[in-house]
Amino acid sequence: MSYVLCPEIPAPGFSFDNCKRNATLESKGFAVPKAIKTGTTIVGITYKDGVILGADTRATEDTTVADKNCEKIHYLAPNMYCCGAGTAADTEMTTQMVAAQLELHKLYTNRESRVATANQLLKQYLFSYQGYIGAALILGGVDIEGPHLYMIHPHGSSVDLPYGTMGSGSLAAIAVFELGWKPDMEEEAGVQLVRDAIAAGIFNDLGSGSNVDICVIRKGSVDYKRTYDEANKKGVKQGSYKYPRGTTAVLSTKVLDVEEVSVTPIEAERMDVV
Amino acid sequence: MMMQTEMNAYYPDYSTAPIQRQINPYADNGGSVVAIAGNDFVVVGADTRLSSGFSIYTRNQNKLFPMSDTTVLGCAGCWCDTLTLTRILKSRMQMYQQEHNKQMSTTACAQMLSTMLYYKRFFPYYISNILVGLDNEGKGCVYSYDPIGHCEKATYRAGGSAGALLQPLLDNQIGQKNLVKPSSEDLSQEKALAILKDVFIAAAERDIYTGDSVLINIITKDGTKVETFELRKD
Amino acid sequence: MSILAYNGGAMVAMKGENCVAIAADRRFGIQAQTVATNFEKVFEMGPHLFVGLPGLATDTQTVMEKLRFRKNLYELKENRRISPKVFAAMISNMLYEKRFGPFFVEPVVAGLMPGTFEPYICNMDLIGCINQPTDFVVGGTASAQLYGMCEALWEPNLGPDDLFETISQALMNAFDRDAISGWGATVYIIEKDKVTVKNLKTRMD
Repeated sequence: MSYVLCPEIPAPGFSFDNCKRNATLESKGFAVPKAIKTGTTIVGITYKDGVILGADTRATEDTTVADKNCEKIHYLAPNMYCCGAGTAADTEMTTQMVAAQLELHKLYTNRESRVATANQLLKQYLFSYQGYIGAALILGGVDIEGPHLYMIHPHGSSVDLPYGTMGSGSLAAIAVFELGWKPDMEEEAGVQLVRDAIAAGIFNDLGSGSNVDICVIRKGSVDYKRTYDEANKKGVKQGSYKYPRGTTAVLSTKVLDVEEVSVTPIEAERMDVV
Repeated sequence: MMMQTEMNAYYPDYSTAPIQRQINPYADNGGSVVAIAGNDFVVVGADTRLSSGFSIYTRNQNKLFPMSDTTVLGCAGCWCDTLTLTRILKSRMQMYQQEHNKQMSTTACAQMLSTMLYYKRFFPYYISNILVGLDNEGKGCVYSYDPIGHCEKATYRAGGSAGALLQPLLDNQIGQKNLVKPSSEDLSQEKALAILKDVFIAAAERDIYTGDSVLINIITKDGTKVETFELRKD
Repeated sequence: MSILAYNGGAMVAMKGENCVAIAADRRFGIQAQTVATNFEKVFEMGPHLFVGLPGLATDTQTVMEKLRFRKNLYELKENRRISPKVFAAMISNMLYEKRFGPFFVEPVVAGLMPGTFEPYICNMDLIGCINQPTDFVVGGTASAQLYGMCEALWEPNLGPDDLFETISQALMNAFDRDAISGWGATVYIIEKDKVTVKNLKTRMD
C-alpha cells in the first residue's frame, strides 16, 4: 500500500529494476565493473575449549588494494563469529542479515543460538541464489553441544571440519595447518598456529596482506583480537610533502557558515503505575 | 548421414563441432620501474618482486640491466620477453663496440632499442622499458618506451604495474606541475633519491605486484652505485 | 571498456584535524568528448555531510535524488540530522538492494559526526561494500593515480589550510594523468563552524 502511494519506499529484498538497462549497456560493450573482492586468507580451527578464527585484513579491487585494514571476522551472535571471503559486499550483507535472523530466533526460543542453525540459514540462503552471491564463509562458534566449525561455499554447500581455510591464500594457510594442527590443542598454541597460517597467506599470496585478526570463542566468552599481529607496517617516508600556503591556484572561494543547531536530549519520563 | 556439428542443448558434451584451443603466449610478471634524471646524474629503481597471478616467484629479482658503463635498462612486464630482449641488446652493443672500437652512447642505444622493438611490431615484447644513462655531455637522460618501440625522452618516468600510481607524484615533485610558484633550483641527487623511495613506498601500499625491496642504480660520471631499500613483503 | 569509464571523473576525500575535505573534478563527458565543465558530483546532504558520486553521470543524479528522499524521510521521522555513519549505511543498503542490477556509482562520503564533530570518511564499491579508513578515500577513473598521490602526500593532523593544499595537489596531479577527468575542480573543506568551497584553476584539457 505504501509502495503505491510512495514508490520510493522499496519493497524488502533485492530489486531487479536496473537489470534490463544494465544488460543493454553490456551488449553495447560496456563491461560491468568488478566489485571489491577480499582476495583473502581466512582460517578456523577447533581447539580444546572452543574455536579460533583468523583472517587477514586486505580488500582488493582487481589488483589494487582498496582497503588496507578491513574487518573480515563478522559478528553473528554472542557465541558465534563468521569469517568471510569473496565479494566483500556479499559477505557483509549476508552475515548481517543472518545475525538479525539469529537474534530474532534467539528471542523467540529463549535459548542461546546454535551454530548448526546459523549454518542452515546461511547455506539455504546461498543455495537459493545458486552461487550468484559470492560469499565463502568460515562459521565458528560454541554452543550447548560444544565447539563447531563449518566451511560454507558460495553455491550453498557446507562441511564441518576440525580445521579449514578459504580464500585465495587458503593453500598457503592449509599447508601450515596440515603440519601443525593436533586435536585438543591449548589456546596459546592454537592462536600461534592460526597466526602462522594467516601470516603464510599474507606473505605468499598477493591477494592477502596487512594485519592478522584473531577471534577466540570459548564456552561463555569471546576474545576478539582485532589486529592481533601488525604484520606489515607502511614504510617510513623520506620527506614531508606538505605544501606552503598558496601553492594551489584558486579561481573562486565561497564560505558557507554553518548555524549551530543545538540538540538537547530529553530524558524519557518514567510512567507512573498506579 | 550429416555429422552433427551443432550442439544439442540437452547433451552439450556430445557435439562433434571442431574445438579451437588457444594458448596465451604472454605472462604478466608484475613489477615497477622508476627513473629520475638530473643535470649530471640519473637514478633508476626497480622493485625486486617477480610474480604470476596471485603467487610470488621470487622476492629477489634484479630488473635493472647495465648495458654499458653509462647506460642501464629497466624492464617490467613479461619476464621471458625481458630476458631475451636484454640479451639481444647486450650482444648488439658488444658487436658495436667491436666494430667501432668505442662504447655505444646512450642516445644511440635508445634509438636502437626503439628499432628493435618495432621489428616485433606484430608479436611484440610485452615489456614496459625505461632506458637511462648519461648522454655525451654528461647530462642525465631517461627514455621511456611502449611495447612496440615508441620512444620518448623525459626527465622522469614511472613504468610497470604501478606506473599509473607513481607518475602523478613525479609530475608534481619533479616536473613542478600545478604549483603556483614552481621552484627554480636544480634537482639534487639526494632529493631525487628521497622521492624515488617515497614513490615506491606508496606503490607497495596499493599495488599488489610491487613490494619486497627496491634495487636502485645511481649513474654519475664516476660510475654506477647500487643501493637497496626494503619494502612491504605482503 | 568499463561502464564506469563512460563519463569519467575523479574524486577524493581526506581526513584532517577536526576537519574533512572532499574534492572532485568538474568534467562531464561522453567517452572522449567533453560536454560540460561545470558538472556537480559532490552534493550537500546536511550542514556537515557531503556525498560524492563518481561513475555513470545518469546514475550520479538518480542516486543523489533517491538518497535525498531517504535522508529527508529519515530526518522527518527521527527529527534530527542524519549522521555520516548512518548515511553511509543507508547508501550501502540502497546499493546492495540493486546487487544484481547495480547503479554504476562508487560513492564517497565525507562529514563530521554530529555532537563530537569527529571527522568521518568512507567510500563504497558499486554494490555497497563500505571501506572506512583513517586517512583518505578515492573514487572515479583516476583512482589509481589518486591512490599513488594520496599515499605519498597525506599525513595525519593536517589543519584546514594545509589539508586544502594537499587534497588539491593530489586531485589535480592525478587527473592530469587521466584523459577522461579534469577540466576544473571543486574542493569542499568542512569544519565545525564553516564550509569553504573553492574552485581550482586547473589545466582545461
